[in-house]
Amino acid sequence: MSGSPSAGNPLRGPQDRRLPRIAGPSGLVIFGVTGDLSRKKLMPAVYDLANRGLLPPGFSLVGFARRDWADEDFCAVVHDSVKQHARTPFREEVWRQLAEGMRFVPGVFDDDQAFATLRTTMEQLDKERGTGGNFAFYLSVPPKFFPTVVRQLKKHGLSEGRENSWRRAVIEKPFGHDLSSAQELNRVVHDVFPAHEVFRIDHYLGKETVQNILALRFANTMFEPIWNRSYVDHVQITMAEDIGIGGRAGYYDGIGSARDVIQNHLLQLLALTAMEEPSSFDADALVTEKLKVLQAVKLPADLGRHTVRGQYTAGWQGGEKVRGYLDEEGIDPASVTDTFAAMRLEIDNRRWAGVPFYLRTGKRLGRRVTEIAVVFQRAPYSPFDATDTQELGHNALVIRVQPDEGVTVRFGSKVPGTQMEIRDVTMDFAYGESFTESSPEAYERLLLDVLLGDANLFPRHQEVERSWEILDPVEEYWAEHGKPEPYTAGTWGPRAADDMLARDGRSWRRP
Amino acid sequence: MKIDLTDTTSSQINGALIQARRAVGSAIGMVLTLVIVTDEGNHYDALKAASEASKEHPCRILVVIKRPGRSPRERATARLDAEVRVGGEVGNGETVLLRLHGERAAHAYSVVLPLLLPDAPTVVWWPEDAPRDPAEDLLGTLAQRRITDAAATEDPVAALRLRAEVYAPGDTDLAWTRLTPWRSVLAAALDQKQAKISSARVEGEEYNPSTELLALWIAERLGVPVERAVSAGPGITAVKLSTEDGTICLDRPDGALATLSVPGQPDRHVALHRRATAELIAEELRRLDPDEAYAQAVRLGVGALRTPQEDGDDGDDAAPAPSAPAAKKPGGKKAAPAKSAS
Repeated sequence: MSGSPSAGNPLRGPQDRRLPRIAGPSGLVIFGVTGDLSRKKLMPAVYDLANRGLLPPGFSLVGFARRDWADEDFCAVVHDSVKQHARTPFREEVWRQLAEGMRFVPGVFDDDQAFATLRTTMEQLDKERGTGGNFAFYLSVPPKFFPTVVRQLKKHGLSEGRENSWRRAVIEKPFGHDLSSAQELNRVVHDVFPAHEVFRIDHYLGKETVQNILALRFANTMFEPIWNRSYVDHVQITMAEDIGIGGRAGYYDGIGSARDVIQNHLLQLLALTAMEEPSSFDADALVTEKLKVLQAVKLPADLGRHTVRGQYTAGWQGGEKVRGYLDEEGIDPASVTDTFAAMRLEIDNRRWAGVPFYLRTGKRLGRRVTEIAVVFQRAPYSPFDATDTQELGHNALVIRVQPDEGVTVRFGSKVPGTQMEIRDVTMDFAYGESFTESSPEAYERLLLDVLLGDANLFPRHQEVERSWEILDPVEEYWAEHGKPEPYTAGTWGPRAADDMLARDGRSWRRP
Repeated sequence: MKIDLTDTTSSQINGALIQARRAVGSAIGMVLTLVIVTDEGNHYDALKAASEASKEHPCRILVVIKRPGRSPRERATARLDAEVRVGGEVGNGETVLLRLHGERAAHAYSVVLPLLLPDAPTVVWWPEDAPRDPAEDLLGTLAQRRITDAAATEDPVAALRLRAEVYAPGDTDLAWTRLTPWRSVLAAALDQKQAKISSARVEGEEYNPSTELLALWIAERLGVPVERAVSAGPGITAVKLSTEDGTICLDRPDGALATLSVPGQPDRHVALHRRATAELIAEELRRLDPDEAYAQAVRLGVGALRTPQEDGDDGDDAAPAPSAPAAKKPGGKKAAPAKSAS
């Protein structure tokens, strides 16, 4: 990898901590620039980065899509999306700086002419804007187009930069739909881009709260000593959505919630929660630890008893009448796709043996929430009467990933009065209140990291493949046994999910 | 929620804070106490900026308003009035306005001490008139970080000289904070173009201490002679670094959009708007450790800079030597004796 460009710069000193990390000269090429993600997230993130002064002078943005647009039309689209979705205030001078470096290349992915134009556009940018041959290609397109796009990039000599410059590929989930398709995808991409230049976006990992898991665990002393099987009873990781599948029918049907969410987001959260301390904070050390803990993940022997899938039916969600999954537009009425999935995993190592990790995700659940709850064991002996502690639950530490980011600690406290009565209280640390205004959006952080070549927050291909190895047997079991359990939209999933925990003598937290 | 207390004490104020917090029903993890030392005429703007900054750094803001009084009778009546504001439009956290009348004005320390948040860092900010030696000031001794603003003084260059003389770890100046965007663009420019720089020139408005500080920073980092030229402004207008292949120039004529020209590279625009005080305070509160880069720059001393009047346009006659070594002198607390800098 190329040495940091700032190494010999006399204006930078280690004691000067105000100077931000600014990406070196570079440009970003977005394929599928007309898509939702690009308009709602990527373009605003680029603007916000520029507004915070984190993009290099001369930064350029190239859009590639099947539209008959000139550069100005593209500019206008970006302008609208920035005005609508950017988090920082709109400033004319920042916009002017950005707009000068915007180019649009019309074309379809198998069009050689279009890629030749892309090549000349990039060469021109190097000349006019000093991008130095450094480009990241953001593939914001359905995965079936990945092979075509990367092959075209290779064919037109775009995937390899000149000496001392870099070319990077950024890809979005889904990274395949099972182990073999994921391996195939990795093979196709790695054929063209070296493994360390491929950045897989899992936007959850860009969230401040997720990065804070590492800070909470490894920068403090008070949590780590109890972060093990001696004190932890079980862990619940929940990602619930209140929306249905919306316009994603084509993608979602046949994929389902387990592949959509558990394979990437939830297993990544599990890895960060359960992993050992990395020897340093660089990408390699992190991936080593994450991979190690993922490798220790074990599925339950009886998948029928310890996994549940569900499908929402019509119901009332927050006062609004909503359709069932099978009635959604574009869904086969006989579909057996899961919109809810829950499973129990165990981690076979000294720290976690015997501590179940319950993962659940679903659409049209009670409310939108993502959290990690570490539930502790009860005190081994209580000097209080059973009636005194009747209302006392388990102690818990909850990392609220979104919304209302923060950490909650739940413990027992005496109710004021002459009697001894102990009840649960909570203590809150609210991230949202502290850093609302200026904490960067996940995509901002991730885009900047791509341009800086910092791979800390991106899952590596080994992790992706290992995650599929964990999930595949469950999907195979489901394919052969039964159907998803129906649950009413707006509830917390099917009864079977509650039964699954009840069998272990536990219950789900209401997040 | 707002509670007014007349002729009060610190313990009554503490009581009012708890009462207000209960009424509003918010328990916010405040991360620091920000003490603003100001007067009746200036407290509004300062508090507004601090409230804005408290959205990023929830804090307890104590505004110390000194009203020593003009007549002997006023001076003899010592009184403390307080206004407690929690929740609502005041940003995150809690705000207390302390009006110190008469003799009390000289004893702000005793009022502020009981109101500091337990176990959290304290920052003192003097928006206008800072004490001669902030670290020795009674309120200053309470703080991990002491923020002054040379630009708000009568003679900014003299203020910088004084800051250099009395510098103690934890001191910082908003004139330095205003420079961060300039410094990061310049550093980024040198990331891209690794060239040996022989001399530099910084142009900016008169009475704008940031210009001097930027020149000092460049002189200190690069160890080359730096010229400080006066322009019409606004603020800093240009930085020119001479290299063998030509001049690296960052030019901002309008206070908003700058042009970066680097030899062998195309000209590019860079947004460099002048930031509001709230943003500056938010940046200051982000890091509370001593700012060594500032210390090194300010201690180099404005005397190390050349002025065009003195040296002629090219600055190649006998000018004071580029005194980068002066900064490295151990215990170089005292700035080099200044030539007529302004």
